[in-house]
Amino acid sequence: MKKLVTLVAATAILAGTAATAQDYKKEIKARQGLMQVIALNLGTLGAMAKGQMEYDAAVATAAGESLQGVSMVHFASLFPEGSDGGMIDGTTAKDTIAGDVDGFNAKWEAFGLAATKAATEAGNGQEAVGPILGALGATCSDCHKSFRIPQ
Amino acid sequence: MSKFLKLLIPAAIVAAGVGWVATAPQTVASDAFADATGDVERGKQVFTAAGCASCHAAPGASGADKLVLSGGQEFPSPFGTFIAPNISPDAQRGIGDWQMRDLANALLHGVSPEGQHYYPAFPFTSYARMDDRDIVDLWAYMQTLPPSSDASQDHNVGFPFNIRRALGGWKMLFLNTDWVMDGNDLGPDLTRGRYLVEALGHCAECHTPRNVLGGLDRGQWMAGAPDPSGTGTIPALTPDKLTWSAQDIAYYLETGFTPDFDSAGGHMANVVANTGQLSSEDRAAIAAYVKALPMPDTADAG
Repeated sequence: MKKLVTLVAATAILAGTAATAQDYKKEIKARQGLMQVIALNLGTLGAMAKGQMEYDAAVATAAGESLQGVSMVHFASLFPEGSDGGMIDGTTAKDTIAGDVDGFNAKWEAFGLAATKAATEAGNGQEAVGPILGALGATCSDCHKSFRIPQ
Repeated sequence: MSKFLKLLIPAAIVAAGVGWVATAPQTVASDAFADATGDVERGKQVFTAAGCASCHAAPGASGADKLVLSGGQEFPSPFGTFIAPNISPDAQRGIGDWQMRDLANALLHGVSPEGQHYYPAFPFTSYARMDDRDIVDLWAYMQTLPPSSDASQDHNVGFPFNIRRALGGWKMLFLNTDWVMDGNDLGPDLTRGRYLVEALGHCAECHTPRNVLGGLDRGQWMAGAPDPSGTGTIPALTPDKLTWSAQDIAYYLETGFTPDFDSAGGHMANVVANTGQLSSEDRAAIAAYVKALPMPDTADAG
């Protein structure tokens, strides 16, 4: 029993050390990757809204569904305490995320609602895309305003 | 040299150099604006373009609450922390007891109804270029906003910057109402864009670097600057740094999306919330102005 406790303790220490040594590289990579997926799909919708790309209902719907898919990731879990831009380089996450998980989740849910609307309505025609982007963009900047360090 | 002396010496030079008389607050003529009647709808556009609510709404206000101008937002700077006052139409705590010419004095001269200088955290250095008609309309619109009984808080500014009279000297040095983008034949788009950027939008207040006394460096107009709060930088809009097309800029001001579909954050998110409500012609005019910005002076770069 004593051996087991020692082993667990040692493992815990090792795991803790490992997390520090990695500087949350995996979490940062994952959350920045999700942001990239969002940006790419917004780019598709944006190009159609601006008339730079011909409107295609199937492509627009796919972009909306991808956004909805991203919104289903439990995003706050990718921002453990200590993985913010105040502690480490290469991220602009604020330390307030870990301190206000409920507030952060509320903003992520707002994005989820807008993304769900995008998935169901982006196929309704070119004129539907602008307002969808407007609603999505409001949730982006609202969250960035609170939880991202200005660049 | 101690930090205290470093601060004291420039203040002493300013105070002694320009003298007491020269620092007296200037005002508009006492009968100015007496008979004017404003257009509320137009005033709302002026209010939006000037971004009044971005600073004078309560901290964290959203939706309709952004029109309650109770003040309270803090603006840290190298000179101390400024706290936006209540400018709602409440007669006791706001500006409900003002006359229209009091607003004109505030905007055009940075002077309060009591004849005190305002700190340039309030961007009268830009608003001083406003058209009289816009002030009249803005006044009419501001009367329609909900009153707030929240008391304005004192700025947290230490000696010597708490000597308001010295701001008269500051104004002599740095309150320059000449257009920065000069020329009489700019055309309607650029002329409108210049008005929106240099007067109402007061873009340069953040996007242009300041000298040690807090005056804007016109040779580095819109060349980017450290964030006055001490962390981060405010990006350059000059052609050596900003490569977006005019359409990209207008779209960003409408939606907050960059060409890479990143989105505006920080204080710029507030700005976009305003520019998104302007007409597409006004956004295009701002974009035209930004694209017409010259390269910053290289001599005093760095």
